Amino acid sequence: MRYFKQLLLILTLALSSFSQAQDIPARPKQQVLVNDFANVLTKSEANALERKLLDFYANTGNQITLVTVKSLKGSDASSFAYEIGEKWQVGKKGFDNGIVILFKPKTSESRGQVFIATGYGLEGAIPDATAKEIVSNEMIPYFKQGQIYEGINQASSVLMGLAKGEFNHQQYAKQYSSKGGSLGFLIPLFIILIFSFIGRSRSRGHQTMGSTGSSLPFWMLLGLMGSSSRSHGSSFNDFSSGSGGFGGGGSSFGGFGGFGGGSFGGGGAGGSW
Amino acid sequence: MKKSVIILIIIALLAIWGISKSVGFKNNMVTMDEDVNGQWAQVENVYQRRADLIPNLVNTVKGYAEHEKETLTGVIEARAKATSVNITPDNMNAASIKQFQAAQDGLSSALSRLMVSVERYPELKANQNFMNLQAQLEGTENRITVERKKFNESAKQYNIYIKKFPNSIFAGFFDYEKKAYFEATKGSEKAPEVKF
Repeated sequence: MRYFKQLLLILTLALSSFSQAQDIPARPKQQVLVNDFANVLTKSEANALERKLLDFYANTGNQITLVTVKSLKGSDASSFAYEIGEKWQVGKKGFDNGIVILFKPKTSESRGQVFIATGYGLEGAIPDATAKEIVSNEMIPYFKQGQIYEGINQASSVLMGLAKGEFNHQQYAKQYSSKGGSLGFLIPLFIILIFSFIGRSRSRGHQTMGSTGSSLPFWMLLGLMGSSSRSHGSSFNDFSSGSGGFGGGGSSFGGFGGFGGGSFGGGGAGGSW
Repeated sequence: MKKSVIILIIIALLAIWGISKSVGFKNNMVTMDEDVNGQWAQVENVYQRRADLIPNLVNTVKGYAEHEKETLTGVIEARAKATSVNITPDNMNAASIKQFQAAQDGLSSALSRLMVSVERYPELKANQNFMNLQAQLEGTENRITVERKKFNESAKQYNIYIKKFPNSIFAGFFDYEKKAYFEATKGSEKAPEVKF
């Protein structure tokens, strides 16, 4: 009887301390990567982002999820984002390769807040200082003008490049400081993208997608995929075979099997405007 | 005659039950003990990470803020004190954790004094190297909060396990003691806000 009482006491204590940390939104039953609880994105923006993040997950296994909330409920952005990552288990077990982008819109009474939380496995590829740079270079300038989607989209592209190892954080820092802006960083990307399109349309009959895929960095392929899958999507099916086929309509995404076992250690950085 | 046979059988069954239970207990304890120790290593890791940032931070600040010698010396001394306290699985107990925590808290407050004084040097605050360091420092403080919490959680699991019946009997028999927790010092439930 004494043991039973002790046990009961311990259990209630454990439960009560657990429920204290439950201010974060519960993991949705229908798991998606874009969780726009604050309704800051239009439907098509959310779909485009979902597709982009899904493609990235399908091809690299890294899970980037966006969570927007109306309020942080009194906690600070860093621990809020960490709690989401840890409780939702963003990323894969053993790899801990998840990223949580937390966004709280600016209101008349409170500042807008954004935080990029990195899972254990991505702390090396995306150090805190770099996360901070991404926030202040790619996101806040857009957010200040009310362009939420642009900021998030821009930042996710850089995060993908870093997570994939397409460029490292030193290169990113250098690119940014020498070109003096996120647009400067993207110009070469666009040029290469355009050239690759020209090259592709010239030799479309002969070249298979696989060979283009191997010669092009991943983030360029993303751009290619977004625009070309509509015109001749069938040629892309080979390329995306690892994803389990998400080529269907805009509303049903097949490639995402759910969050699974990733763990977070408090890494990342954020900012406010 | 028949009675004593039955008693013998019951005793034998009880002994088998006890042995198999205690073997299971022992094995679980090995895992849980390792969990706690591994989590402690993580705690030390993130504190070490913070200590590693300090030389660079001090050098950067020194270049801009010549009048902050005292504050900087305070940080260096607090760092030396903090890195001198180490805990191994063998000496992990409430007292040693308290001592460790006191040393680290000393460094925390020395650092926050430094960060307040830095407010007076706008050039330093605009320095790229310093901005990187401050982002890293913020991230490290977050990590410290997280790993401490995770340590407490694994210690709690361990403690709950050894208090459950019949584990409590085995724990007394095999001399397994309750693990100590990180106490939340006043205002440290949240990571200290590193303001610049």
